[in-house]
Amino acid sequence: MATVRVILPYHLYTLAHSDAELELDVPGAVTLAAVLDALEAAYPMLAGAVRDRATGQRRPLVRFYACQDDCSNLAMGALLPEAVATGREPLIVVGAIAGG
Amino acid sequence: MSRIRILVGTRKGAFILTSDAARRGWQMSGPFFGGWEIFHVAGSPATPDRLYASQTSSWFGQVIQCSDDGGATWNPVGNDFRYVGDPGTHLHYDGTPKPWAFKRVWHLEPSPADPDTVYAGVEDAALFRSTDGGLTWQELPALREQQGAKWMPGAGGMCLHTILIDPVNPQRMFVAISAAGAFRSDDGGASWKPINRGLHSQYIPEPEAEVGHCVHRIAMHPARPGTLFMQKHWDVMRSDDAGESWFEVSGNLPSDFGFAMAVHAHEPDTVYVVPIQSDSEHYPPEGKLRVYRSKKGGNDWDALTDGLPQQHCYVNVLRDAMAVDALDPCGVYFGTTGGQVYVSADAGDHWQAIVRDLPAVLSVSVQTLP
Repeated sequence: MATVRVILPYHLYTLAHSDAELELDVPGAVTLAAVLDALEAAYPMLAGAVRDRATGQRRPLVRFYACQDDCSNLAMGALLPEAVATGREPLIVVGAIAGG
Repeated sequence: MSRIRILVGTRKGAFILTSDAARRGWQMSGPFFGGWEIFHVAGSPATPDRLYASQTSSWFGQVIQCSDDGGATWNPVGNDFRYVGDPGTHLHYDGTPKPWAFKRVWHLEPSPADPDTVYAGVEDAALFRSTDGGLTWQELPALREQQGAKWMPGAGGMCLHTILIDPVNPQRMFVAISAAGAFRSDDGGASWKPINRGLHSQYIPEPEAEVGHCVHRIAMHPARPGTLFMQKHWDVMRSDDAGESWFEVSGNLPSDFGFAMAVHAHEPDTVYVVPIQSDSEHYPPEGKLRVYRSKKGGNDWDALTDGLPQQHCYVNVLRDAMAVDALDPCGVYFGTTGGQVYVSADAGDHWQAIVRDLPAVLSVSVQTLP
């Protein structure tokens, strides 16, 4: 079981009534999908807010960053960097800069 | 003594305005869900402190919020809106088929009798129902069987924006969709029929087609649910047979384009519209914000201007942004894309702005509280 840190944008941590930074227990391989499964299990109101309910894919205006890299286009089943899996670095969820 | 609670949805959050029955001194709370688009906030007629809100964002999708204390506190409930089966395709703006995809909830209509039952009109157009206070949602799919493959989005999206439940016969419901038209169910949503006979829409290939009309709003008086009024893209219409046939009642309006519409709480033949210049110019004719009232069920309209800006006004009043209260004299309310919420405590004769600087108002609903 890995403990993964996740940083949420303002609108998601206010929706979740949580702190901006969360610690999530992630069983098995630390993939993007596994972290999002853990996030939605702990905070069900975030289901559909990060990934589309129908497709399971990242919503178009949500981005993921980790270890100074843009992970947004990683496959949901791809492993996240080891620094994220070990909790040294957070997975950062960002609302894309768009709109008014 | 009665109180009034106005539930205002805006582009950047929800606001609640309250007053006593005099409707002169108002208190405001909010913003709730600041920064999110709030398409609609609605209260349960059965349990008025039960409120539902549609909170949506291009970034983070759809959230439904529920309150059991009149809006003081809120909790997110269910947001899983799944079409039944493979919804297939509808027409896109260019006439090509496009797969049906859920985008947002435009309108919430709580049941008159049960606070846990609420209907949701969504984009892409469909009707959903929850019977557990919004935790889970089930589509009423027979509606899409009414030639859904021919429906096409209006400029704002292919939205189901109006839900009317007949207070005399709750099995009878009416919905309206841009741009598909109006539809009626006589069996609680199990089956539907288009009710668009008499509509004429020059901008569609078959101007008198059974479906495809851009209906902006329908309204009814609860004591006369067989009579419906309609603000279509162009034309103000009336039906006296529950939508089986429609006839035009635009009469002397300066423009029969518009969005919002309401019926007086105590006078079934008194109806209100806000004319808008055209489908290309979404602001009031001549820069004058005028509500028009007919006391004769249409055709003969009077401009109501006292207290409303009569020069340099270029706001819009959207389809879900007009409502009435149940007091006597009837209060009439509307919100604008300029952020004003106006009230008339005398059925439209005089108006005052309750607030002037909200974000663009998407919806206004009103509760008359004991």
